[in-house]
Amino acid sequence: MKILVALKQVPARDSLLRIDASGRWLDESDLSFEINEPDAYALEAALQLKEQHGGEVVVLSAGPERAVSAIREALAKGADRAIHVEQENLGEFDTLSLAKLLAAAASSEKADLILTGLQSDDLGSGQTGVIMAELLGLPHATIIMAVEASGQGVRVKRELEAGWFQHVSMPLPAVLTIQSGINKLRYATLMGIKKAKTKEVRKLTAAELGVQPESSVSLLRIYQPKRVKQTQMLAGAPAEQAAQLVEKLKFEARVI
Amino acid sequence: MSGILVLTEQSSGAWHPMSFEALAAGIQLGRDLSLPVTACVFGRGVSGLASELAGRNVQAVVALEHEALGQYTADAAVAAIEWLVRDLQPDYVLLPHTYQVRDFAPRLATRFGRVLLSDTTGYTIESGAAVFQRQLFQGKLTADFAFQAPAPNFVSIQAGAFRADALESDAASVSEKAPVLNVSSLRQHPEAPFREAARAVDLSAAERIVAVGRGIQEEGNIPLVQELADAFGAELAASRPICDNGWLPMERQVGSSGQTVAPKLYLSVGISGAIQHLVGMKGSRCVVAINKDPEAPIFEIADYGIVGDLFDVVPALTEAVKKARS
Ligand SMILES: Cc1cc2nc3c(=O)[nH]c(=O)nc-3n(C[C@H](O)[C@H](O)[C@H](O)COP(=O)(O)OP(=O)(O)OC[C@H]3O[C@@H](n4cnc5c(N)ncnc54)[C@H](O)[C@@H]3O)c2cc1C
Ligand SMILES: Nc1ncnc2c1ncn2[C@@H]1O[C@H](COP(=O)(O)O)[C@@H](O)[C@H]1O
Repeated sequence: MKILVALKQVPARDSLLRIDASGRWLDESDLSFEINEPDAYALEAALQLKEQHGGEVVVLSAGPERAVSAIREALAKGADRAIHVEQENLGEFDTLSLAKLLAAAASSEKADLILTGLQSDDLGSGQTGVIMAELLGLPHATIIMAVEASGQGVRVKRELEAGWFQHVSMPLPAVLTIQSGINKLRYATLMGIKKAKTKEVRKLTAAELGVQPESSVSLLRIYQPKRVKQTQMLAGAPAEQAAQLVEKLKFEARVI
Repeated sequence: MSGILVLTEQSSGAWHPMSFEALAAGIQLGRDLSLPVTACVFGRGVSGLASELAGRNVQAVVALEHEALGQYTADAAVAAIEWLVRDLQPDYVLLPHTYQVRDFAPRLATRFGRVLLSDTTGYTIESGAAVFQRQLFQGKLTADFAFQAPAPNFVSIQAGAFRADALESDAASVSEKAPVLNVSSLRQHPEAPFREAARAVDLSAAERIVAVGRGIQEEGNIPLVQELADAFGAELAASRPICDNGWLPMERQVGSSGQTVAPKLYLSVGISGAIQHLVGMKGSRCVVAINKDPEAPIFEIADYGIVGDLFDVVPALTEAVKKARS
């Protein structure tokens, strides 16, 4: 079974986010980066399917040069090889043209299964995998919490709202978007890290793939959210903050 | 037609409540842009639901009926709604940002060579055109987006972004339409929805909840917040990553895929305040947030906020609460 995992490198979760001079993106100079959380779960799901069924796990990532570190981490965890669509100006691609870029890179691989995360931590559009499925003419399912592959098909557990689930079956090849928590993530071993250095990372560019940036929607500006509620911030040392809060909860909010 | 098409959501004849929030967004946008609004409900046997929509201040209602829409599949939903959008030719298609919409709407927009603006929180009018807001970085920043492509343009609306007022008006006309579907081309085969084993705790009945998030760092630190919860006489709840890691059982998860709660007191510890968490607890009467990041989105909805390291604040608070309640 050949499984392609679309993996995005995003700013680390606890980063201090500073808006850059253009007002349209972040100042990346003091950011650190990591693998988008659900994508790490998608990779783990792929590695487990390979352990059950044999085959190959190929990582696909579009991003600037720095994305190599995310790719190497995935290879160290056990992916067999990678495709890096190296592109500095990804911000010029809207969701559709970005998906076109990934679909173009994926199409020649003819994978049995394409896994993506359900949503990126930075843009959060939650769409790239579903659009890729449409562009590639493949069936899809989203917010997946379990994958059983058998012969020509796949049976998945979709998360619905408020604690409900549903099983759905479909033929392969297919695209699935994976939800965080589907499995337990593994760590890279020292051996894995060493081996990763020798694994193939194929570089491609948008020009080579024949995909142009498009903007059916354009990002005009980014800014700090506007506060809707008047929050009383309690200052002081921890003991003072605690004492003030207890006062407020007792006499103002009357909840204790 | 030019106008706004609002797609509502139902399953087995029951409305998804976010349908009416999307409808409110559509009605407001229609007023601002002087465009008529059509509301659509799709499924099998939906004419009764369609007549309910007719009293909701819209200009027209469509009941989109087909055998193959009886149980939701992405392929059937995309094909049926594609057919309707080609038939009606609206300027905007608005949808509630439900899990079902996440599943089919990106594919639908792609059929038209368009981009869905997903999970929008509102819009402003700039030079006569709508500019939509979305959250980036899990709510830490907001972005303004504008459509550059001709109609149809697709927008989904975040939970809680618009108020679902029950506006009454003269009844709009209801038309029934049957999309042309190639049933043999539908690829997903769904089974019946189910819940995991019965829940041992019912957080929705709790008067006080102390909820813990990833700021707690490791499983071994959970007892720290358990003690705080005990001091308050509160139930312990958690954000998703805590349950994903197995540090607390799934049944204690609050949010869109967990429980919805509305206690008198909701005290969050080391939770950032992503929308999927907020939708599960926004109805709480008094919200307290403890977080080391003053910019954490949870502070946008908190009544009382403490910026600080939870490992200092929580023990101090546990002591203070014990003293106050003894
Ligand atoms: C379809 C879908 C469904 C989802 N359903 C749910 C759901 O039902 N429930 C849910 O909760 N999430 C859900 N999520 C996930 C959600 O988007 C967030 O990822 C999640 O809520 C984040 O959890 P968190 O706030 O605990 O972690 P983080 O976002 O990592 O936040 C941790 C916070 O702790 C603070 N912190 C760190 N260290 C300290 C310290 N020492 N002292 C004080 N503060 C500290 C940080 O400043 C940060 O704000 C869902 C996501 C998707 C896409
Ligand atoms: N630049 C990228 N490179 C590789 N995969 C990506 C990229 N952007 C998005 N994806 C995949 O698409 C998923 C959803 O992203 P999004 O639609 O931006 O929320 C992510 O979890 C990734 O699996």
